[in-house]
Amino acid sequence: MALAKIIVVTSGKGGVGKTTSSAAIGTGIALKGHKTVIIDFDVGLRNLDLIMGCERRVVYDFVNVINKEASLSQALIKDKRTKNLFILPASQTRDKEALTEEGVQAVLEELAKDFDYIICDSPAGIERGAQMALYFADVAIVVTNPEVSSVRDSDRILGILQSKSKRAEQGKEPIEEHLLLTRYHPKRVELGEMLSVSDVEDILAIPLLGVIPESEAVLKASNQGTPVILDTESEAGMAYMDAVDRMMGEERPLRFLEVEQKGFFKRLLGG
Amino acid sequence: MLDSGFRLKGSVVTTFLLEIQTFSFEEIVSQLQEKIAQVPQFFSQAPIIIDVSKMESLLSLKELEALVLSVNRLGLSVIGWRCHAEKIPEWHADVMVPLLPASKTRQIAISEAAALESRVAKADPDVVIKTVVEERLVSPQTKVITKPIRSGQQVYAEGDLVVLTQVSAGAEVLADGNIHVYGALRGRALAGVKGDINARIFCQSMEAELVSIAGNFMLSDALQDIVWKEGAQVLLVDDNLTVEPL
Ligand SMILES: Nc1ncnc2c1ncn2[C@@H]1O[C@H](COP(=O)(O)OP(=O)(O)OP(=O)(O)O)[C@@H](O)[C@H]1O
Ligand SMILES: [Mg+2]
Repeated sequence: MALAKIIVVTSGKGGVGKTTSSAAIGTGIALKGHKTVIIDFDVGLRNLDLIMGCERRVVYDFVNVINKEASLSQALIKDKRTKNLFILPASQTRDKEALTEEGVQAVLEELAKDFDYIICDSPAGIERGAQMALYFADVAIVVTNPEVSSVRDSDRILGILQSKSKRAEQGKEPIEEHLLLTRYHPKRVELGEMLSVSDVEDILAIPLLGVIPESEAVLKASNQGTPVILDTESEAGMAYMDAVDRMMGEERPLRFLEVEQKGFFKRLLGG
Repeated sequence: MLDSGFRLKGSVVTTFLLEIQTFSFEEIVSQLQEKIAQVPQFFSQAPIIIDVSKMESLLSLKELEALVLSVNRLGLSVIGWRCHAEKIPEWHADVMVPLLPASKTRQIAISEAAALESRVAKADPDVVIKTVVEERLVSPQTKVITKPIRSGQQVYAEGDLVVLTQVSAGAEVLADGNIHVYGALRGRALAGVKGDINARIFCQSMEAELVSIAGNFMLSDALQDIVWKEGAQVLLVDDNLTVEPL
């Protein structure tokens, strides 16, 4: 019987790449051979199933399981591409009040018996949905874009992780915090339009798990319903894989932080 | 020794002192109002003593009572008054709040407080009552925070506050005593919030949104012109808020 590690992917600010990152990292961990489930806590919006390309296979959802209208095995969707990977989709028709603490706890406890990793894709904001997604977490991946408002919201979420999580309330060892900087645009950083990696590290003062560059591959992947980490040719895909490797304790140097220089041959050929 | 149903203990309460030099009712009330408006939360229901011992001629019972009522109406809570030990008026017992023993210099007061404390241990009830109204004599324990204080969080210390890392933008730290930040101070820091004009703020990197000593504050715009992103201390020099590089 495994004792699952619960990872929340959170940010405070909306649209920074939480769902993209949950899908990529969850897939990456499963590829490493760990049995993994990704839960969509964004009740009312439902996004994860689209990015994972399983929206047509949704019958029951997270709220159905909480309300005991369906069993976990009925609601869990087995990923078709990646072994060891499951998705627990959100409901599109309920609101976030459906996420009761007891209900969420019961579902997580049941999942913990079977899975190695439980990834909680948090909704934006600091309200009930986001608080429920982080409450039971062991590890937090704080997704941040290199701009002031996103960094400020991440700082706020870090405060909530420290004060309103179960670990904090019970005085246990605090949630392990990781910074994932996404939509990083080296050119705009160079122009001073965006914060640099060290600016963000300096403000948030938590360890850096990875930097994901702004990449068209992300949009392409989500349109196709494939987590971008499976696009092993893309920079974003490689950067997500590096982050997963680091989570597993391996050392990976940061890449894709520099403005791309046009190579000699490219220049010669006028490319 | 535990009596039945209650325990009699000595306690030190920090209070404001409204020291009146010349009595002008309107002026006092309006100036006080202004001070409170700057940082309302620190004055709300705060205990205050009206001290007229520095006045040349004593004010009347009516004037004193009007002042007590007005100060209470501003949201403070008058717990007593003081006058010169040799000028105690006949009507002193008629005032709605008690007459407190005259103020002494701080140093004497501190040693006396220590003496009082030791006598309190022997549970002398007379002394207990005196101790309750002594003004800011003993500095309470220092509070040490080892983690960053994040946006939206507020930390308050009754004595000194020591933050070993940073105070984020959007966070607020408050202390009755001094504030030390061994990292970047990016949020708001208010030292001496109960009126201690000797309180100071020290930080490794000054990037604050606001700093304040005993209600005298400065915003980041002004700070940026003085000391920015380097070690700094903030203190009051002759009632003027002063920021200096460390
Ligand atoms: N590295 C990237 N490069 C380019 N586009 C990206 C990148 N990461 C995310 N995006 C795009 O940003 C948008 C928001 O991403 P996503 O839905 O993952 O964010 P979210 O934080 O889950 O949003 P919400 O707060 O609404 O749940 C999407 O259109 C996604 O394709
Ligand atoms: Mg999302």
